[in-house]
Order: sequence, then C-alpha cells, then structure tokens
Amino acid sequence: MKKEEVEQIVFSSLRQIAPDTETMELSPSDHFRDTLGLDSFDFLQLMVLLDEKLKINIPEKDYGEITTLGFLVDYLAKKVGDE
Amino acid sequence: MEDGTLMQWRMKKGDTVNRGDVIAEVETQKGLIEIEVFEEGTIEDLLIDEGTKVPVGTILALIKPKVAIEGQSSTQGEKAELQPIEEKPEVKPKEEKAKEDPTVSRDSKEKVMASPLAKRIATEHHIDLSQLQGSGEDGAITKQDVEQAITQQNGKRAKATAKKPSDDSTDNSAANAVRSAIAAAMSKSKSEIPHYYLEKNMDMMSALTWMNEANKDRTVKKRLLPAALMIKAVALALRKIPELNAFWENGLQLKEKINIGFVVALRNGGIIVPALHSPDLKTLDEIMEDLNDIIPRAKALKLRSSELSDSTITLTSIGEGGADSIYGIIYPPQVAIIGFGNISEQAFADKGMLGVRSMVRVSLAGDHRATDGLTGSRFLSSLNNYLQNPEEL
Repeated sequence: MKKEEVEQIVFSSLRQIAPDTETMELSPSDHFRDTLGLDSFDFLQLMVLLDEKLKINIPEKDYGEITTLGFLVDYLAKKVGDE
Repeated sequence: MEDGTLMQWRMKKGDTVNRGDVIAEVETQKGLIEIEVFEEGTIEDLLIDEGTKVPVGTILALIKPKVAIEGQSSTQGEKAELQPIEEKPEVKPKEEKAKEDPTVSRDSKEKVMASPLAKRIATEHHIDLSQLQGSGEDGAITKQDVEQAITQQNGKRAKATAKKPSDDSTDNSAANAVRSAIAAAMSKSKSEIPHYYLEKNMDMMSALTWMNEANKDRTVKKRLLPAALMIKAVALALRKIPELNAFWENGLQLKEKINIGFVVALRNGGIIVPALHSPDLKTLDEIMEDLNDIIPRAKALKLRSSELSDSTITLTSIGEGGADSIYGIIYPPQVAIIGFGNISEQAFADKGMLGVRSMVRVSLAGDHRATDGLTGSRFLSSLNNYLQNPEEL
C-alpha cells in the first residue's frame, strides 16, 4: 500500500471522528490531536478505525509517540509493509 | 424594555383559557415573546389590534375568571388584566416560529396536572405539558420534569440543525441552545447551592500499570481508558458514602441506583452529560462498552431521554494534557461533582523516599446543605483506596 493511500485512510478516519475536520489544512508536522481537539476517547476511536481499515495491530505503548500527522502516516505505512 | 408590538393574537373572544396558555405574541427589543395567561376563564374582550405598538403595562385583554362563569350568580365578572411584557422574556428561536404552537394544549378540557412553576417554565421554553409524564404526586408534572424536557428539546434542536453545516445561523442557534441550557443550570447552581471544595492528589501508578497490562491482552476495540477505572472507582466509593449519591429536594434524598453523569465536551463548544447506568454493578469492560456506545452519540447529540435525565452524580475529567485540576459546579438537584485533572508525572514522597509518579488531582464539590467536608473527605479517601487496588475494580 502506498503512503498516499495510508494518508487518505488516516484523513477519512479523522473525518469520521471529527466531522468538521478540514483534513486538507493539516500539515505533516501538525500535532493533529491538538489541532483537531481530539480527546483521549477520540484518539482511541481513531486507533480502532485504523486497526479495522488497515488490519494492523497498534500496541498501546506506541500511542505516546504518535503525535504528528507525518509520524502517524510513516508509522502506519511501515506497519502495513511489515505485516 | 419600554414597549412592544402585538404581532398576533393566539386566542379569540369567547375562548376558554387556562393558566399558562399563550394568548398572544409580542415583538420586543429582546425578541419575539409569548404572552401567557395567569388566570383561568373566558376571554371577554381583546383590546388591542394586531400590529399595534403599546407601552409596557398596557392592558391587552379582559378575562372573565372561571369562578364567575361557573357561579352564574356572579354578575361582577372580575376582569383580569394582562400585562404585555415581562421583564424576563424568552427569545423564541425563528425555526420554531410555527403557526400552530405546540406549547400549550388549546383544548381546555384536557387538563394537565402540573405545578404553576412547571407550567411557567414550560411556557417559557415552549414545552407541551400534555406530552410529559409527571413524576410528582398523582403524576403531576414538576419543575424537574420540565427541565428534563428542555434539555431534551435543546438536544433535538441542536441535532436538527447539526445536519445543515452550511447554514451558519442555524449552527449558532444549536450552539446557543446548548449554551443557554448550561447557563441556566449553572446559574441556578451557583446562586442556590453552597458549594464546598476538597482536593486529593492521587497516585495513578498502580492503576495505569495494571491497565496497560490488561490492555495487552485486549484488541484495540476493547482497550480500557483511564476514564473507565475512574468511573468504576467513583461508583464503588459512592456505595460506601451514599450521602453523595443523592438529590437535594426538600431535604436529602438518597438515591438507590448509582448513575454517573459523565461530562462530554462537544466539538463545537458546550458540554453534554449522559448518564452511565449502575457502573458499580458492571465490569470495566462493560463500562468501556457503555462509553464506546454513549460518547459518540453524546457528541452527535443523539442521546436517549433516560441518558439525559438519570444521573445521580456527575464526574468530569479534563483528560490528557489539560489543566491539573478542575473544580466542578454541581448540577442540581445533585449534591456532588467529582473532577479529575490531567494525569501527569509528579515528584512523590513515600516512606521517606522521593520518587516520580503518575499522579492526578481529584476534586470534590459538595452541596453543604446536604453533606459536610468530612463526608467529602471520606469519599475521596475511599476513591483513592480503590484506585490503589485496580485489580478489585
């Protein structure tokens, strides 16, 4: 799966959780949780959606590292490649 | 406000009116308001024509009181005067400006049992009393019943408008409805309830370590959040200190069931507080399932009426990265609110040693009419004990 495809899945998931999200306005260096005002519950929902859509396991210990949009996309693309 | 324009008569000469019926609409500087009747009887005369601007205090209509009608012998026919404008008008949202007003049943034979205060509030908020189920004596509708209906109506209104994101003005009215519901409840609380505040700094290390271990065996969907542990610990501590799981209504009324109102922040501002039913009797997984079900619906303003009305106490949690502590305002008629701040690493002294621990500041606001600080302090200690023994949750 290409990185662009992963990115699109991340965007569509974000829009599901925060319907008013303008994902086009997000930049890779954005701390998307702050930018979009996602609380811990929203974040867990995001992980659930990504888990379902990409069929990958995101261990809870990695949650803390997932801060910027760029990191999340890279992280997921690598996971998808590995699994 | 000095004057108002009579826009429309809702009743005509000879109509029977009941206390709380809306008789006319008047446009004022503060918006369109509905004029209600405070007498029961028959409209004898409408004195002002539609479209006429009149000063405050003008008599709009004459009403023959019911007593005079029934007792035919009464020839005096006491005339009730109507004051056109109250000092506290409710602005009626434009979207609800329908020709048929659902607020008050026009059928005078259909007598709804309700307290005068309940009727008044219902009229101000355009609630149809005939659609409500009363919780008072003989099924009479109380102020609480009406306030619940208002909360639901606000939810529905916000829900209805949320579908039209392009319409800014409608969006505003949804946000305004939530805002005014919060404003009303919080103003009432702060003006009536003498709050006392307590805070305890709690060690979350064992709870979080236990949770992280427990989550390793769970699928992403089933993973626990600290909120589930907080809710369960609060519920169990309430079983030990039941005085805080209560309403203040003509004295302290202890509630048998523990239903925790969990504060959910709305994306466009405002909060909504759905009830989690009996978490003391549920496992952490069941509580998590409840949260997974209820939080998205709360954010979409799609809650069931029982979820909006059943809370016996409120829990608010700031969440990751937020303020270190939060001091809540009690939601009447509840008597307490518990606030969890952000869980953060802090220096912690234990048995003469200094260490770094994940800590959380937990506050309790209690109604001092209902309980004293000692009760609150016992509750916080009990809550802390449960959080130190997460395997028992």
